[in-house]
Amino acid sequence: MNLPEAFRIAMRALAANKARSALTMLGVIIGVAAVILLVAIGTGVQGEITGQIEGLGSNLLFIVPGQYSGGMGGDQAPPARRLTLEDADLISRKVEGVSAVVPVLQGGATIKAGNRSMRVVVAAGNEQGTEVFTSTLAGGRHYRRSEVQVAARVVGLGSRVAETLFPGKDPVGQRVSINGQRFTVIGYYESLGGGLSGDQDSQVYIPVTTAQRLFGVNFINTIVVKAATADDVERVKSEIRRVLTPRYGEEFTVFTQEQTLGLLSDLLGTLTYMLAGIAGISLLVGGIGIMNIMLVSVTERTREIGIRKAVGARTYDILSQFVIEAVALSVLGGTVGIVLGWSGAAAMARFTPVPTDVTPWAVALAFFFSAGVGVFFGVYPAWKASRLDPIVALRYE
Amino acid sequence: MSPVAGREVVLETIGVSKSYPLEGVVVNALCGVDLRIHRGEMVSIMGPSGSGKSTLMHIVGLLDTPTEGQVLLDGEDVSRMTPNQLAALRNKHIGFVFQAFNLLPRTTAQANVELPLVYGGVSGPERARRAVEALERVGLGYRTGHFPSQLSGGQQQRVAIARALVNRPSIVLADEPTGNLDSRSGVEVMAMLQDLNAQGITVVVVTHDDRIARHAERIVHILDGRVRSEEIVAERVLAAEELRSMPPEEVAG
Repeated sequence: MNLPEAFRIAMRALAANKARSALTMLGVIIGVAAVILLVAIGTGVQGEITGQIEGLGSNLLFIVPGQYSGGMGGDQAPPARRLTLEDADLISRKVEGVSAVVPVLQGGATIKAGNRSMRVVVAAGNEQGTEVFTSTLAGGRHYRRSEVQVAARVVGLGSRVAETLFPGKDPVGQRVSINGQRFTVIGYYESLGGGLSGDQDSQVYIPVTTAQRLFGVNFINTIVVKAATADDVERVKSEIRRVLTPRYGEEFTVFTQEQTLGLLSDLLGTLTYMLAGIAGISLLVGGIGIMNIMLVSVTERTREIGIRKAVGARTYDILSQFVIEAVALSVLGGTVGIVLGWSGAAAMARFTPVPTDVTPWAVALAFFFSAGVGVFFGVYPAWKASRLDPIVALRYE
Repeated sequence: MSPVAGREVVLETIGVSKSYPLEGVVVNALCGVDLRIHRGEMVSIMGPSGSGKSTLMHIVGLLDTPTEGQVLLDGEDVSRMTPNQLAALRNKHIGFVFQAFNLLPRTTAQANVELPLVYGGVSGPERARRAVEALERVGLGYRTGHFPSQLSGGQQQRVAIARALVNRPSIVLADEPTGNLDSRSGVEVMAMLQDLNAQGITVVVVTHDDRIARHAERIVHILDGRVRSEEIVAERVLAAEELRSMPPEEVAG
C-alpha cells in the first residue's frame, strides 16, 4: 500500500467521526494559536520598546545612583546617596562634547482643573528636556531656562491629560492644580498614539526645580546626558565617571543607550521564550488528547483492523494508517491554529494597544511542533493497532 | 470414484497440532490433523462447537500457525512464516467469507471489495474495474455505491463473497456463511458458492450444520481436535434446486 492510499484511508476515517475529530483537533488548534499569538505579542512588545529607545537617538547616556552589574534582576541595595542637581551642573560644566544634560525627577500626582481631575505621572527635567523626551508640542511652548531657575509653576500637558481636563478647549493659559498647588499651562503635546507608551500621554512636564518643591525632595532620579555625536559616547561616559567618582565612589552607574537596549532585549527575549513555553505546554496537552482519542479509536475499530489484516494488511500498513490519522489531526489542527493565532495577533495589533509581530520562525516552529506531536503521540496507539492478532481482532465485538 | 481423485492438492496440513494456554491450563485445540484440499473442489469442515474446527479454519486460512506439524500451500511450507509473510499469502491465496459478513462500515460495497486489491498493490482504474467485475459476478453490479447499512444481510454476504473473489484466490474459505441469514438468503448464498465452485473455484465451508455441509462434495468431520472421518457426499444438496422449490421471493423495495 502506498502513501496516498494510506492518506485517503485516514481522511475517510477522520471524516466518519467529524465531531470527534474536530474536538480532538481543538486541543492542537488552541495550542498552536496560543504559541503564535503569545510569541507575536512578545516579539511585538520587544520591537516596540527597543524601537522607542532607539528613537531617542543612540547617543544618550543615563546616570543612576547605586551599583548595577549590568546583569538582569537580582536585588539591588537601595542607593546610599541620590543624585542631585549639582551633579548635573558639574557634568554640563566639566564634560566636553555634551549637547544636553537633563536632570530627571518623576513622581505621581493628582492634577485638577475645575471639577475635573486625574492621576498623572509628573516628569520633570530642565529646558534641555526636549532633547531627550520624545514628545512633540501640539501647541504652546516648553518651559524656559529662566522658569527652571526660579522653579516656576508652569506645566506642559500630555495629550490625554489635555483632553481630559480641557475637552475641546485650548489648554494653553489655563490654570490647573497639581497636588493642590496652582500651575499655569504653557503647552500641550501630541499623542504618542497607542502602543505600550500610551501612558506617556498621561504625563505632565514641569521644571525639575518645581518638581523638587512639589514633592518636597532635594534629589533627582536620573541624569540623562546626550553626547554631541554617537562617536563621543564612550569618551563622555569615561569623563562622567571621572567627574562623579570623587563624589560617589563606585555608588553610581552610567548606562549607554546600547547597554540599556541589550538589557531590555535580554529581558523581553526571555519573556517571549517563557510565553512560548507556556503555550507549548498547551500544545503538549493537545497531543495527549490526540493519543487518547487514537487509543479509543483503535479499540473501537478492532474489528476493522482484523478485517484489514485478514485480507492482507501487514503490520506496516496498519501502523502507517493510524500514524497518518494522528498526524493529519495534528497538522490540520496546526494549520487552523496558525490561521487563528495569526488573525488573533493581527486583530490585537489593530484593536488594542498591544503591539504584535508574527515571525516566520514562530509559525514554522508551531507547525512542525504540532506535526511532531502527532507523530509522537500517534505512534503508540498505531503500534498497538498494528500488533493486534487478526483472529482476536475478528472475534472482537 | 472419489471426486478428488487426480486433482492437484492446493493446501495440505500434515500432523498439525495447536495448543495454547487458557487461564493457566494448556488446551489442545488440534491434535495431529492431516487434511488435503484439492484444487477446484468444494469441501466442508464440519464439527460441533469446541471441536477445533475454528482453530483448523484459522490455520487453513493462514491466520494462525500450528504449534506442531506443517502447512503446505502449493507445496511450500508456510507453517513457520512471520505474520507479515502470512498477510501477503492471505492477500494472494485466501478469500474469506465470515458469518458476520465483516464488511467495513461507512464504506461502499465497491470500496469493501477493493480492500484486498489495496493491500495487494493494485491501484487506479484496474482496481475499480476488478471490484465492479467481482460485484457483477455476485449479481450486485448495480449496488457498487451502497453502504453495508443500506444492504440486506444476503446482499452484504454477497459483497463479502465478491471481496473474497476479487484477488483470484486459491481458496475461498467460508466460515458459517449462512449463520446470520434467513433461510432464503442462506440458500442463495450457498447457491452462489456452488456456482462459483462449478466455475472452478476451490471452496472450503466450515460449519456445524449437516445440511449446509452437504452442499459440498466431501465432508471432513472434526471432533475433539482430530479428524474423525472423511465422507464423500452421496447426494449433494443443490442450492439452485432448493431455490426453485421455495416460494417466490417477496419483492420488497
